Amino acid sequence: MSKEVVLQVKNLKTHFTTSKGIAKAVDGVDFTLHKGETLGIVGESGCGKSITSLSLLRLIPSPPGKIVAGEILLNNKDIVKMKEEELRKVRGNQLSMIFQEPMTSLNPIIPVGEQIAETIRLHQRLPRKKAWQKAVDLLELVGLPSPEKRAKQEPFQLSGGMRQRVMIAMALACTPEVLIADEPTTALDVTIQAQILELMKDLQRQIGMSIIFITHDLGVVAEVCDQVAVMYAGQVVEHRNAKDLFKTPLHPYTQGLLKSLPNIHENQEVLQTIEGSVPSPYDYPIGCRFADRCPHAKEICREEAPELLETENENTKVRCFMHTEKWNSIRQEGELVCP
Amino acid sequence: MSVTKKAPILQVDHLKQYFPLKKESLFSPKQTVKAVDDISFNLYPGETLSIVGESGCGKSTTGRSILRLDEPTEGEVMFNGTPMTTLNKKALRDIRGDIQVIFQDPYASLNPRQTIRKMLQEAMTIQKVMPKEQMEGRLLELMSLVGLRPEYLERYPHEFSGGQRQRIGIARALCVNPKVIICDEAVSALDVSIQAQIINLLKSMQRDLDLTFLFISHDLSVVRHISDRVIVMYLGKIVEIADKDSLFDSPSHPYTKALLSAIPSIDEQHKRNRIILKGDVPSPINPPTGCRFHTRCPFATDLCKTDEPLLRPLTETHQVACHFAENLLSS
Repeated sequence: MSKEVVLQVKNLKTHFTTSKGIAKAVDGVDFTLHKGETLGIVGESGCGKSITSLSLLRLIPSPPGKIVAGEILLNNKDIVKMKEEELRKVRGNQLSMIFQEPMTSLNPIIPVGEQIAETIRLHQRLPRKKAWQKAVDLLELVGLPSPEKRAKQEPFQLSGGMRQRVMIAMALACTPEVLIADEPTTALDVTIQAQILELMKDLQRQIGMSIIFITHDLGVVAEVCDQVAVMYAGQVVEHRNAKDLFKTPLHPYTQGLLKSLPNIHENQEVLQTIEGSVPSPYDYPIGCRFADRCPHAKEICREEAPELLETENENTKVRCFMHTEKWNSIRQEGELVCP
Repeated sequence: MSVTKKAPILQVDHLKQYFPLKKESLFSPKQTVKAVDDISFNLYPGETLSIVGESGCGKSTTGRSILRLDEPTEGEVMFNGTPMTTLNKKALRDIRGDIQVIFQDPYASLNPRQTIRKMLQEAMTIQKVMPKEQMEGRLLELMSLVGLRPEYLERYPHEFSGGQRQRIGIARALCVNPKVIICDEAVSALDVSIQAQIINLLKSMQRDLDLTFLFISHDLSVVRHISDRVIVMYLGKIVEIADKDSLFDSPSHPYTKALLSAIPSIDEQHKRNRIILKGDVPSPINPPTGCRFHTRCPFATDLCKTDEPLLRPLTETHQVACHFAENLLSS
């Protein structure tokens, strides 16, 4: 598995300065995206997954937000250091984004075809007519029925699923290398969600782009992603192959998350829960951020912060002392084990 | 199923809920949205009956009509044998103490300017649950019941997290000693780990307080976990009612099949053959003739376009509205 790396994020930190102090929304995120691959970023609300995706395109409102550290390497060029001029070429051409609620990202009073055509003309200097034709072609590609007619309609005349198809068409307008999809199916019904997921898989096969799929829905991740990065309290805690992750989750948080999902295939009496709540981004503990909720926590977990380290298995990274050699020695000596 | 032998606590009989649309011009024809179109079902004491379906299928409207938060257009709802649609305001208020509701977004349904104490006290005073002197003890009991600390009584809704707010919503529903609780997407806005906590709480409440739940949700995994019986709705109609196991193990309506197959699953072994439905849900203003699902149904025939299938029993605990349910089951 030595695929070409398209996007690499190293120690990304995006902090927000507010009246309450500094909110460390993203606080040391690392992940790697290979060519043609789908990477899922999962986590619960407030874990920093959306801020991570906005940081990739440098769309963080500033002030109050700021990328304070780290690198975002797109084909070995650092997006963090780019000037506004360069950025504009990257956005849309190489990196494109779809958001959760298409209605808020589409202009409500301009026909959707025109909005797509505008994007095309901004990036590719095509004459109006050709751009319009390309927009209609794109709408056909994303499976919008009667695209010629629909292209002339305004967003409110389309259903939620159709609007999301329009957003995808717009994001694909310049055949980006990486598509960032931030909860693209969360607002949709399951049958429509199934359609959109199928469409995204199809398009990926046709165009060969890489996708970063941000979601809170573990089922969706299992459905579409090759690799997964699980985020907790502003950091990636586990980063590995999706199949392995669902089979044998390594980090206690991932384990807890999977166990608390109600299973559609069998009856359970009581659901397992993760006790306690997420620490505040204004005041993270010194040690492991999950230690207070972790059933395995030892003293070391509260004193030292674990790093995201590769395990014996290649391409498997986890941020937990349990999977280091040190852990076993602690257990053997028995001196630091919690009562 | 022992529960089905008892007399129903809530009977919904040919309930219809139409909403008139604003006319576009003076001469344009009158149009109505048929949000709920002639549905009947029984809710038995002690059970959890779920209503599932996609947005716009009428599941929330059903809940609201039962409570008469919207006045039903036609049909009857009986609570313990009392017809609810003809009750006057005062009698309705009394009965609402018995039927409570928990909404999806607890923040939108809690008064931001009231402390939790005031909010609970107000509900108990209106329903005349107990004299004011005895309330203090009950308040503390309620807080511990839903897993909140007693000092939270003095706080305002904005000081709580989503999961805590939902616990407050539950406490408020419970404070008037209801018999039936309608949960309208009560756990849909919560993260999975919090969702699991609230589901467990609801289940233990039901066991300890002998409650009956009407659980409205779009999330089929949650529904499987919490229900005894399940109703599937599509475009204002009931397409299938069954006890949980037979619905999930042998869904008989093509829509239920497609709905179940569309759920993304983390379980490799249980990957179903996915049925991808074409197109969108039609508009409830001019719903399709015949079977309302025929426009998206992979098995539709000419009969389905003209004749509306009625809800009919397949087995004792399984009803379905499809002309070809038997053929589908065997295939």
